[in-house]
Parts: sequence; C-alpha cells; structure tokens
Amino acid sequence: MKQLELVQNTFQDDKIIDACSIFGIMDTIGTRFSGEDIVKAMALMHMRSNGLGGGFAIYGIYPEYAEQYAFHIMYTCQQGRDETELFLKNNFNVIYHEEIPTRQTAGITDPPSVWRYFLDVKDNGKVSEDDYIVSRIMEINTTIPDSFVFSSGKNMGVFKGVGYPEDIANYFCLDKYQGYLWTSHGRFPTNTRGWWGGTHPFSILDWTVVHNGEISSYGINRRYLEQFGYECTMQTDTEVIAYAIDLLVRKHHLPMNIVAKILAAPLWSSLERYPAEEQILLKTLRQVYGSLLLNGPFAVIIANTNEMIGLTDRIKLRPMIAATKENKLYLSSEESAIRLISPELDKVWYPAGGELVVGNLRHPPGKTLPESVGAQLIC
Amino acid sequence: MNNNLNTISNKKVMEISADGLSYRELNTKLREAAAQGIEKFKLTDVCGQRYLGTGLNKPVEIDIRGTPGNDLGAFMEGPEITVHGNVQDGCGNTMNDGEIIVHGHTGDVVGFSARGGKIFIRDSVGYRAGIHMKEYKDKKPVIVIGGNAQDFCGEYMAGGILILLGFNTHEVNFKANFIGTGMHGGVIYLGNKVETYQLGKEVGIAELDENDNNVLRQYVNEFASHFNCDAEEILNRQFIKLFPRWLRPYGQLYVY
Repeated sequence: MKQLELVQNTFQDDKIIDACSIFGIMDTIGTRFSGEDIVKAMALMHMRSNGLGGGFAIYGIYPEYAEQYAFHIMYTCQQGRDETELFLKNNFNVIYHEEIPTRQTAGITDPPSVWRYFLDVKDNGKVSEDDYIVSRIMEINTTIPDSFVFSSGKNMGVFKGVGYPEDIANYFCLDKYQGYLWTSHGRFPTNTRGWWGGTHPFSILDWTVVHNGEISSYGINRRYLEQFGYECTMQTDTEVIAYAIDLLVRKHHLPMNIVAKILAAPLWSSLERYPAEEQILLKTLRQVYGSLLLNGPFAVIIANTNEMIGLTDRIKLRPMIAATKENKLYLSSEESAIRLISPELDKVWYPAGGELVVGNLRHPPGKTLPESVGAQLIC
Repeated sequence: MNNNLNTISNKKVMEISADGLSYRELNTKLREAAAQGIEKFKLTDVCGQRYLGTGLNKPVEIDIRGTPGNDLGAFMEGPEITVHGNVQDGCGNTMNDGEIIVHGHTGDVVGFSARGGKIFIRDSVGYRAGIHMKEYKDKKPVIVIGGNAQDFCGEYMAGGILILLGFNTHEVNFKANFIGTGMHGGVIYLGNKVETYQLGKEVGIAELDENDNNVLRQYVNEFASHFNCDAEEILNRQFIKLFPRWLRPYGQLYVY
C-alpha cells in the first residue's frame, strides 16, 4: 500500500486519504511486553499517516536507570551536541550516556543524531527536582541552537522521527525494548511542516501525549503556558497539551477528571443540567483556566508512569475506541487495529466526547470516570 | 490467499480470505469477479480494509467476517452487505442503493449523505448517524438502529428515514444530545424517551399518524427478520416522530 501505482489506481488520481493514527496499550498490572503488537496495529492504519511523522512512548524501558532522569536529545549539528553536553555536565551528574542505537531503514532519511543521558540532579536549590528539570529543558530548547530535548522522564522514553510509525520502530530498534505501557502516533501534518522535533509523542517529565486533530486554540494556550515558564519550541500544536497536563496535574495538583473538564469543558448550554455545586465548580474552572480550553477537534492518548488516558473533544470530531482484554487496556483510532492483535476482547466501547477513559496501574483496567465531577478543587 | 468458487442455491459464490490484502487489492478482486458473474462473496479475515463494496453497481451479496474498515459501502449502488461484527466510521457514506446489515455496532457518521438504500444496525451507533441524508422522488435512504445513538444523530438531515428503536440496549432513555440539529427534511422515529433539551432547535415533535405507523411497521419487520427478534415487541414501544420545522433553517444566517 506504500506506493500507489497508477496501474492499480484505475482512476489515475493521486488522492492521499489521511488523518492521523493513535494507539495505546497498557498492561494494568505492569507486566512488560514487546512492541510487536503496537507496531502491527500501527502498520494496519498505515494509510492514516503520510510518512511525515511516527513515534512511540514506552514506559518501563530503563529499569537499570530507574532513578535517573532519562533525557533523549536530538541534535542537528555537532556544535549543538558539544554545547549541550557541556551544559549537562555543569548542571547534572551524568551517570551514563550513549547514542541511541539505530539501524538503516528504507524510508528514514536525513535523521538527526539522537542521544540519551541518564541524569542525577546536582543541586536543585529551592525548587523541586521536577521543576529544575523542566527549567533546564526549556533552557536547552530555547538557547542552544540545533538541540531539542524531547523525552525527560524516569524509566520511560520517547522515540520519534519523520517516517511511518513502523519504519521509525525499525529505525530505533524498538524490538529490543520491553515496556508495560506503549503509545504511538502516525502523523499527517496539517498546519506545520513535518520535521523530527514536530512529531509525536510530545513529552515533558514522564507525561506523553499523542494527538489526532488540531488545536485551533494553540496561540491562546501557548501564551498562557509561557506565563508558567513553558516555552513551545517544537512547532506543533500538540506540544501545548503536554505542558498543560504537567501544569494542571503536577503543579496545581488537580485530579484527571477535573483536568478533562478544563481541556474539554462541558458546553455552556449543558451547564444548567448539572447539580448546583458542580455548576459553581465548572464555572470556576472556566474562569480560572479558560485559556487552557482546547478548541478544535482532538482525540488524545495521554500517559504517565501510572496511567494511560483517552480523551476526545466535546463534540467528538475525531475517533477513539476503547477495549479491554484481561489486564490490557487498548485505545485506538480504529477498532480493526485492536482486533488485529487481540481478536477476542472482553469489552469494547465508544467513549463520548469529553468522556475520560483511564487505565491505572493500581485500579482495574478501563475504568471510565463517572460523568459527575465530584472532586474538590485543591488551592 | 484462498479463493474458492462454488455454487450454492444456484448462486455463483466466491470465498476470499482478506488476510493481508490491501483495500485496493480486495476491492479490485470484488469488482473483477462481479463483472465475471459472481453473485455472492464470502469474505473472511477482513481487518480494516476500507471502501468494501464501493463502485459495485450490481446486486451481489457480500458476507463479511471480521472488522471492515472505514467507509464500508461508500457510494455503493446495489449490493447487499452483511457484517457479522462491528463496523467502523463512515459506513454507507453517500450510498445510492443496496443494503447494509450489521450484526453489531457501527462507528461515527453512519449513512453520511446517503441518498438511497437501507442500513440496519442491530446494536448502537456512534456520533452523527444519518448526517445530511437526502431524498429525491423515489430515492429515500433508510437507517434502522436497534440500540442507541450518540450525539448529533440526524444532523442536517435533508431527507430519508432515520429510526432509532432504543431496543437493543440497557439504557432506559436516549442519552444523545443535539438530535436533528439543522434538520430540514426527512423524518426521525424514536422508540425511546427524550427530553426537549436533547433535540436540535430545528425539529418538532409529533405523534405518529397512520402513514407513519405503516412506514415504521414495514422497516421494523425488516429489522426483526434480519436479526431474528419479535417485531411486535418493538412496535409496542411508545414511538415519537421528529420532523423539520423549516425547510431552510439557515436561510437568513449569512444574509446581511
């Protein structure tokens, strides 16, 4: 299906039918497994992307360095690497570093060099280690040319680049990794160019986001996040979702069901049907966090060390299917991709727009949070 | 690949395993075989192949095992497709004639812009079922849904018949909002309760008259025979009818 030959294409057109593809698998008891299944599932949805971006997030891949922050950094020139490595030496104890192993892959051209660093924080002063990490990443991404930190959590990693997802998996030798939670993205860029840094997943600390859709509120979201020290440097709208989640959950301590009501706030017209107390809460969220409302169509899979989360926009303009089989939770753009790797499923469902699907390491799989907000704001 | 040609009840039947076939290979095979006189296809191991039945303008039967991809039966004219399982988004997109029978669930935008033919779904459907269906003279698309629909069903409907039975579901009431938003033609029959706020501003509610009851009985009977259930039990439900209040609800919207 890769090259559409005119012989096969009797209409002699060159229409490319694209969307984006997203897929996630989580083993909710934490058993690690290979990427074979997710690569197969993504390859089935090959035609949703157009070769201008593919990527994976994997949790549980670095047990030998589980206590260190694992930085994945892409360099587009040697000078960028020299400057960045000096910066890392000055700011961290570099426990181990290496170039991420790759293999020659047809369809992957002109890759940047991609390195990983396992880092201990030397002296974070008065701020938390996580805050220190976020600030240093922003510093590298905005002040050192040709260097981009695109993965920075513990015991997890993002692998991404320009190519189809199955080719990116081969390029980064993902067959050599094991994880308990995998998410993936196949890209069809709509508004910005396809470059290595602009591919998904987007990540900060252990948060990752893969996204199908487009965030038309990107400008508003970005300016709001800049007030909190987040600098958008990757030229793709999805970057704001990763930073918004980090701000709301890690810094503002909001539970995920409240975060969903901020990113995909219930329509004003539906507000009066909520109980009085929830109305107050929902209006307050709108007032405080209106600038983090994600406008436009989206289906996202958000993940961190403990959770895999599915969410779509309020009027569900992008697809998302959820399914469970024993301990595994699946999220996908298409049901067939799930059926390919797990034909008999325990449960398949079709979450409504704005409805969270949460797989949590400590809870039974696929628990959909109740519609009721029911949580308290933490100030 | 496993192609078996045989004759059952005087029909020329072809069996195809779709395992590993791209949508183009599979559809090309269907079109070529139909042109050579095959009347029934049995497809197995279908997984994600799109546009099955597209461009087939003969009344062939297509029996599908597996999960067909998006736009099943798009622009179809004549075939009868039966799916033993769930169907993805865009089923019956702009179909002109023929029938799709789904023994399971269908995804979003089922019957999108349909202008003829019938779609029967045993269980429920996703968002925007029947969006912008239209009719002209004797061309009148029909969608019958056994369970529930998610939001925006019948959105911008310009013609045709959308029947939501609310029967094959555990939910007592319909949860969908924005039912019939922008509707300006056709009719929706609902076999379950809705609140006014769930309806689009452009629809009115009425009781069924004799003509409505005849139409409903005809399609419920067809639904019951496809899925082997009791038509009378379904018809005993309290149905309401939704109709468009205006033919051009947005006629003044962009007029300055």
